[in-house]
Formats: sequence, structure tokens, C-alpha cells
Amino acid sequence: MFCRPAYKQYDDCEVLPVKVTFPHMGHAWICLSAMLEYLGVSVVVPPPSSKRTLTLGVKHGPEFACLPLKLNLGNFIEAREAGADTVLMAGGCGPCRFGYYAQVEHAILEDLGHHYRLVVMEPPQRHIGELLAKIKYVTGQSSWWQVVQGIRFGYCKARAVDELEMAAHRLRPREAVPGATSAAFKDALRVVVQAGRPADMPAAVARAREIMAAVAVEARPVLRVGIVGEIYTLLEPFANLDIERRLGELGVEVDRSIYLSEWINDHLFLGLLRNMRSRRAACRAAAPYLNHCVGGHGQETVGSTVLYARAGYDGVIQLLPFTCMPEIVAHSILPRLDIPTLTLTMDEQSGEAGLVTRLEAFVDLLEQRGKRRVSLPAAAPA
Amino acid sequence: MKGYLGIDVGSVSTNLVFVDENGGVREAVYLRTRGRPIETIQAGLREVAGRLPAKTAVRGVGCTGSGRHLAGVIAGADVVKNEITSHATAACALAPGVRTVLEIGGQDSKIIIIRDGVVADFAMNTVCAAGTGSFLDQQAARLNIPIEDFGPTALESGAPVRIAGRCAVFAESDMIHKQQMGYGLPDILAGLCEALVRNYLNNVGKGKEILSPVVFQGGVAANVGMKRAFEQALGLTVQIPPHYGVMGAVGAALLAREKMARGGNSRFRGFGVAATRFAAGGFECDGCPNLCEVVEIKREGEVIARWGDRCGKWSSALTPEEKTG
Repeated sequence: MFCRPAYKQYDDCEVLPVKVTFPHMGHAWICLSAMLEYLGVSVVVPPPSSKRTLTLGVKHGPEFACLPLKLNLGNFIEAREAGADTVLMAGGCGPCRFGYYAQVEHAILEDLGHHYRLVVMEPPQRHIGELLAKIKYVTGQSSWWQVVQGIRFGYCKARAVDELEMAAHRLRPREAVPGATSAAFKDALRVVVQAGRPADMPAAVARAREIMAAVAVEARPVLRVGIVGEIYTLLEPFANLDIERRLGELGVEVDRSIYLSEWINDHLFLGLLRNMRSRRAACRAAAPYLNHCVGGHGQETVGSTVLYARAGYDGVIQLLPFTCMPEIVAHSILPRLDIPTLTLTMDEQSGEAGLVTRLEAFVDLLEQRGKRRVSLPAAAPA
Repeated sequence: MKGYLGIDVGSVSTNLVFVDENGGVREAVYLRTRGRPIETIQAGLREVAGRLPAKTAVRGVGCTGSGRHLAGVIAGADVVKNEITSHATAACALAPGVRTVLEIGGQDSKIIIIRDGVVADFAMNTVCAAGTGSFLDQQAARLNIPIEDFGPTALESGAPVRIAGRCAVFAESDMIHKQQMGYGLPDILAGLCEALVRNYLNNVGKGKEILSPVVFQGGVAANVGMKRAFEQALGLTVQIPPHYGVMGAVGAALLAREKMARGGNSRFRGFGVAATRFAAGGFECDGCPNLCEVVEIKREGEVIARWGDRCGKWSSALTPEEKTG
């Protein structure tokens, strides 16, 4: 492991942060702003990632960096325009170069004249205290008790959002009125976002569940597809051209191998919460094929694919940003696993025709294959 | 006569076929798209109508290719299918038992792995257009030979020269270098075919299990030099099916036949659409920073389809039947 000493940039700052921002990654902003605002920190959420964000990132980012770096950079530039002065960014150790993105992005922003304070949240290697110290820096006056309550609040929001996403994945291929699920999801999400205090959460979650439950469905056969790959392209609909919605509308029930709350539990709470899916199971399943950390989510990609095959899923789609090393390693293993897979490389191209063609063809492939399995009654177990 | 119409609107060519109730191809029309898909589709429909007997009934229409949604709106399609499924359907019908389909068209190329009559895996070119028909067209033009003579001339080669196949730009400079060194035209052309096949197998065919029978289709299958280069690289016989150049359209027609066998009336607007006034327009939506470029198709001045918006604000403003299909 190539672990660097903890980054101490923030130690030089006398002044406490005033307006904190962070990069977008799907709905992670809901969880992060809940936590920070609970602790009295003022937050600037960057405008949702758009073509403008991408254009800014591509213009100022190194050409061969992956898509996440470019979008992060664009988010920071747009947040700066909205008055943010402190960046809260995840770090990382290991072969994936993302671990150094916070510093590289900060340096680029400095060159552009956007002076930001940088706080890097490294995943705690040994003790959760490393992480708490940084949170304490950002949150200033709050007591430890309040910090813990804040984290809990953020985590509750992440859980609520994930639950809604899972419901949307289940409903979309079965919806009676096209587009009804996406509309309900948008409304339900707003309810969760608006819950201002931990005490409001139970009512908000109940209301959000009601909204989702009101989506009219029809009983029809659906295909089940697991989505695996690099976390950013998995969680950020702008980066994956909204693949979950597209698949849902093609009659596919999707399951994502990583949800934000699971990631928080695995990486920030070090797996403290027991009753949820964990990367450990995926890594165990990957062991016969890849028994070593290759960085990023390479091992999880292989392991999750094995688990989806075992669970009887129809297929698996792997997502990665162009030039993503850990996922390229995983990609070479996927054909050996007993399930149809489709690998999609995401980059700055916004042409959706190519993606749509591949998704439609993959869905046709899975349907035909499924029909054949049904029509061969005496199929010997492989 | 009764039958089914298949329309394949690609970036380079637009193909229309008419297949009869038994799946036999009765008429095939091949036109250059020339960046004007609507006019080309109309011209194709006019041509097909002219060739068919007067009392022909179109029982169903299938559209495919990158312009499939456009074609579907203009002609009134019963099935709008992606190119992979269409090509696979046609290959299975015209070359029963096929296990590998190599397809090289004008701007894209694909490989389809078929096992037991069902698509098991596929890939399309992602990196560049070096492995496609446009590249051969361009090089033929540079060498000043008609594209039809490309293949036969390549076959005369005794010792093909080695040309870098990784990228069209490298291939071109390599080829010019070999020309200046004085190598003969047949050897250079054969070298180009080998480079293109290497590029295809390394990019599109990467990691795929290529088993016999192998079928080679798409416009580039007309080039016998390419067929030979594939056979040498694979060590397998490569078949070229009848109607290899219009397989996408054949597949779309067969898929329309399959769909209509389940009942219902065709949505075909009739050959009269060739004389209808269609117009494509567009505008940039300023509803959010995505600034989507929305395309609008108008028939006789009335908007009949829209697409290109990420959020669905414009496309869903029309009835679902009129949407992209």
C-alpha cells in the first residue's frame, strides 16, 4: 500500500472555515449537507453536475485523468462562484490514483486563482479517530457528542435515500404509467432533504415511503441486472448517463453493488454495523479469481459479479471511467464468471446513441437467453 | 404480394429491403445517406414502391441503424430495433448455424457471438473508426483506385507489406512511407486489409471466442481482400451471406414479421410518405445548464416527434405513441 502521511494543509489555517463545499457523487450531498448543517457549518452545495461542469473540468483538468477528477474540478469551480471557501474531499490509499485527487485538484484550483482551504477525509486506516479529528476541524465549536449525533443524522439520510433508490429500481420496470417512478422518486427525495432535524426523520421517511408506494405497478416479467464497477460512475447519474433509469425503462430491475450507506459503513465506520451487505462478502467471493487489492473497487467488482451470478441474476453491467486501472483488471476476469456481462466505459462523450444501442442489445440478449432457459425443461445444472 | 419492409439508416448508407411472408428477400435498395437521412429514407421508399408489384401489401415495418428512431417516425414502424439484434437475426436466418458474426459498416464495426441460435456476447468499436469502411474508402481515394477494385487488386499480392493498424492516422503515414519506398499497389492494398483485420480483432474482437461457422457481413464484406485477410488471421473459412450489405435491414424486416405474427395492424404510413413534407429542426433548451439540443421532426408543419432532452420535458410533451419508440 502506498499510504502517505496524513495531509496537514488545514493546520496552517488560523481562521475556521466559513462555507464548506464538496464534490457531487449522486445523492451524497443530501447526507453530507445534513451532517454539516446539523453541526452549524454553512454549506454550499455545488449546482448539479451539468455539461457546464464537465466543460470546466475538461478545460482545466489533465487530459488523461479520469472523468471523476474532471467533474470534481468543475463542481469546485461552480461552488466557488457560489461563495464556497473550503473543500471537503475524500482521500484514499492504495493503487487507485484517486487517493491523490484532492491534492491535485487543490493545486489546479490554486493555479486558477480559486483559493480554497482543503480538508481531506482519509478513510481511517486503524482508528475512527483520524476521521473524527478532521470532522472536528471543520465543525469547530461542536462537542464530540454533537459530532457523533451529526454523523448519525447524515447516515440516517443516506439510509433513507438508498431505500428510496432501491424502491425506484424495483418499481420502474413495473410502472403502469411511464415516468411515474422517476417523478415519485424526485418528490420522495425532496421530503427527505427537507427533514431539518434528526427528530423529523421518522415522519419524513414514512412520508417518502408512502409516495413511492403510491406508484401504480403492473405484474409483468422483468429481467434482473446487477450493476458493478467504480463507485463514482456507479453513484453519479450524470457520469453514467442515467443508466439505472434507462435500464428500468427497458424493463430491467437493477441492483447496484454499492450504495452510499454501505460504503459509509464499510469505509468510515470500519464495518461497525453488522446487519448490512458488506464489501467483505464480495472480497471473499472474488478470492478464487482475484485475491489481492488492486485498488478502487476492482476486487468488489469481481466479487459482486460472482454473487449476482449465484443469486440467479440475468446479467451484470460493469461501469468504469476511461483509463480506470482497477476496473480494467477486473474486466479481464469477468468473462470467466458464469453470467453475461457488458462493460461500459464512461468518459466525457455525451452521445447517448451508442449507450442506448448497447443497452438495448444487451437486454435482447438476456431476454433470448432467458427464454431458452425456460424452454429447455431438462437443462442440466452447469 | 404481402411482405415486410426493413429500413436500416446508417451514417454512410441507408438500406431498404422487402421480404415476403417466407422470409425471402424480394427487393433490396442501397443508398448513400449523405447526411440527409429524411430525404434518403423517402427516396428509398419511392424506389422500393416503384419496384414492387402494384398490389403489394406491407404487413409490417422494422427500422434499425443509428437513424432508426427517425426512420421509425417517418415510415411508421412496428419495430424499432438496435443494430446488434437486427444483424444477429438476419445472420441466423440467412446462414443457419452461424456462431460468429463479423460486421464492418461505414462508421462502425461489431462482433456478435451466437451460440445455439441466440446472441451470447457482442462488442462494438469504441476507440476509433480505423477498423471501418470509411477508412478503406479514404485510402482507396488516396491511392486513386475505385473502391470496387480494392479487393481484387489486393488478391494479386504475393507479399503484403506490413502497415501499422493501431490507428488510422498511423496507418496512413505508414502506407505513404511504403508507397514512397516503391512497393507495388497490390502489396500495399493487401497490407491495408491485414492492418484493418488486426485492428478489428484487437479492438472489437478482444477476448471473444471466435468459432466457426464465421459470417462476414456489412458493406466491407464486398471487399474480397478483407475476406482473405480475415481467413488468414483466424485460420477459419469465412462465409459471406447473400445480401451481406443490407443485413441490418433484413433483420429489421424479419423482426417486424415476428412481431406482426402476434397480431395487430401495421403502423406503416404507406409509400405516400415519400411525397409528404417532413422537416427536422432543433433548438437548445435553456431550462437548466445541460442545454440539451432538442430535435424536432415535423410532418406538414406539425411536430410529430422530439428527442434529445435529458429530462424528458420535451419528448414527453407528445403522446407516447409518437415518441422515439
